[in-house]
Amino acid sequence: MKALHKLIEERVKPNFTGDGKLKRFWVVFDSLETFLFTPGHTTSKGVHVRDGIDLKRTMFLVIVAMLPALLFGTWNIGHQYYLSLGDITTADAWSAMFLDKILVGAIKVVPLIVVSYATGLGIEFIIAGINGHSINEGFLVSGMLIPLIMPVDVPLWMVAVATAFAVMIAKEVFGGTGMNILNVALTARAFLFFAYPKQMSGEIWIHNVMGSKAAGTLQMADGYTGATALGQLANTVGQPVNGEVSAGVMSMFADGGMFSFMNCFIGTIPGSVAETSALAALIGAALLIWTGIGSWRIISSFIVGGLVMGVIFNALGLNAYMTIGPVHQVVMGGFMFGAVFMATDPVSAAQTNTGKWVYGFLGGLFSIMIRVFNPAYPEGVMMAILFMNVMAPTIDHYVIEGNIRRREKRMTQAAIA
Amino acid sequence: MSTETSIALEPKRESLFSKKNRKLLTDPLDDSNPITVQVLGICSALAITVQVQQAVIMSLAVLFVMIGGNVIVSMMRNIIPDRIRIIVQLVVIASLVIIVDEVLKAYSPDISEKLSVFVGLIITNCIIMGRLEAFALGNKPGPAMLDAVGNAMGYAWILLAVAFVREVLGSGAISFPGIGQVKFLPESWFMANGGFYENNNLMILPPMALITVGVIIWIQRSRNRSLIEEN
Repeated sequence: MKALHKLIEERVKPNFTGDGKLKRFWVVFDSLETFLFTPGHTTSKGVHVRDGIDLKRTMFLVIVAMLPALLFGTWNIGHQYYLSLGDITTADAWSAMFLDKILVGAIKVVPLIVVSYATGLGIEFIIAGINGHSINEGFLVSGMLIPLIMPVDVPLWMVAVATAFAVMIAKEVFGGTGMNILNVALTARAFLFFAYPKQMSGEIWIHNVMGSKAAGTLQMADGYTGATALGQLANTVGQPVNGEVSAGVMSMFADGGMFSFMNCFIGTIPGSVAETSALAALIGAALLIWTGIGSWRIISSFIVGGLVMGVIFNALGLNAYMTIGPVHQVVMGGFMFGAVFMATDPVSAAQTNTGKWVYGFLGGLFSIMIRVFNPAYPEGVMMAILFMNVMAPTIDHYVIEGNIRRREKRMTQAAIA
Repeated sequence: MSTETSIALEPKRESLFSKKNRKLLTDPLDDSNPITVQVLGICSALAITVQVQQAVIMSLAVLFVMIGGNVIVSMMRNIIPDRIRIIVQLVVIASLVIIVDEVLKAYSPDISEKLSVFVGLIITNCIIMGRLEAFALGNKPGPAMLDAVGNAMGYAWILLAVAFVREVLGSGAISFPGIGQVKFLPESWFMANGGFYENNNLMILPPMALITVGVIIWIQRSRNRSLIEEN
């Protein structure tokens, strides 16, 4: 380690500083160097006692928290692939063909991650070079979140376009890392959702398998459809509760069905790369809360909001979608993943403690509401969090105003007494 | 007021294309662009920029109404009573817009249908009213006409730029009045035919017009530093 440090300090660094040949690329060198070693600067004025956890380490911990979801998602892609081919049945799901599944998943996931990071970091490097400031670490998490919330078979160029759009329009325009109003990763997904609805609808999951089925070259396993849980449920909206369509769909959500509670909780269902597993998201949540990075207020109130809306819908029971149990409702789709990794984004979420409760609760409430009321938007979590991102400053404003008024009242009362 | 303006604005004779008057033409293209700097006429810029042909027709219509309105109001500026000037301006604009609307309906009904209410809404286009109030009421017909042309052109190039981006990316096509829409991407590129490409549906939706205008403003400000406010 010492030898490497010495090599960099003596041989590499002079090229980038002062009149070195590569001084134009100083920002690139600087960001890579601080990755390898703790920066040597010390505080020269002001407070001298600092926490050792800087932005880079914060971001890295979030990525570690995402790893369970990522690894499970990778396995699940392979799992769904062989399930759709009929090579395995759900009975021997866990043990069979473990490495094959990981391999199939990796073939799908690794290109997504590479494209997302290459595009996003490329733009960050260029903009940092133009503006002459150092490169921010903000994209480390966004760049990992973007592939995790993509449908498995989305074309790579679409990921690149969406990432570029999100980094430029959602982040750099507002002043870069820490200044964005909207969550960057969700902006990328929302862009794809509106720009290329056919690829994002939640109807087509394992595209090439479905394609060859349509062409008649492949026999699909009996009873297997490519649609996600929310895509299936969207079909029941507007149908009578006990009608034929509703009954067919609801049988999949009963115990032993494809989208049974356990399957949804563990995540062995079709869906975007890493969103399917509520369990993996909750493991990540535990790590985020334990390290103090994710706000437990937002995560818990988000889930409570979803449950409350689920209970209300149960009471209404106007269509089959509404009759799904509230707990089942919140473990489906990207709800948990959104609650843990998206809603807690410290930049775009509410900042005050009371505001966080309101922000999370309404986010969860709207997620379920949008998903049930509007079948054209199967993934309500995305819309709800983006909407709450926009509302967060307003929530904070009223929390702060209320606080000021309360203190003012207390002061005047004290003065009178 | 009318007597005041006529006294105040009695300068020595200057040619129509003096330096000052040329600025009337060029300023609205960049430094005081009606859309990107004054943020006027945004509604129509967002609504009718899905296709270039609509943008072209709209630009021509606005050009006609602006020249007509500016010149007529400028000629009448000394006889318009101050208190009812807005009403007089509205009557002038409205008659011109009705002429445009009828001509469009007669000669290109399909485009007229696509532009729908937005031809009628030229009446409320803030650029036109703004130029009448700010310029035509206090200047001679010659400069007023140049001002109208300049502002209509400033409006037009933004409209065309936005429409071009939106149509190329959103429909994979380009259109022009009289020619119609030409799809220039090979059909085999599209996913439906086994290709890799898909048109960007978001470009057809209104929010993308707003974002495209925003990007144009961004580029313009990074090139023209004098536009950036100090704070």
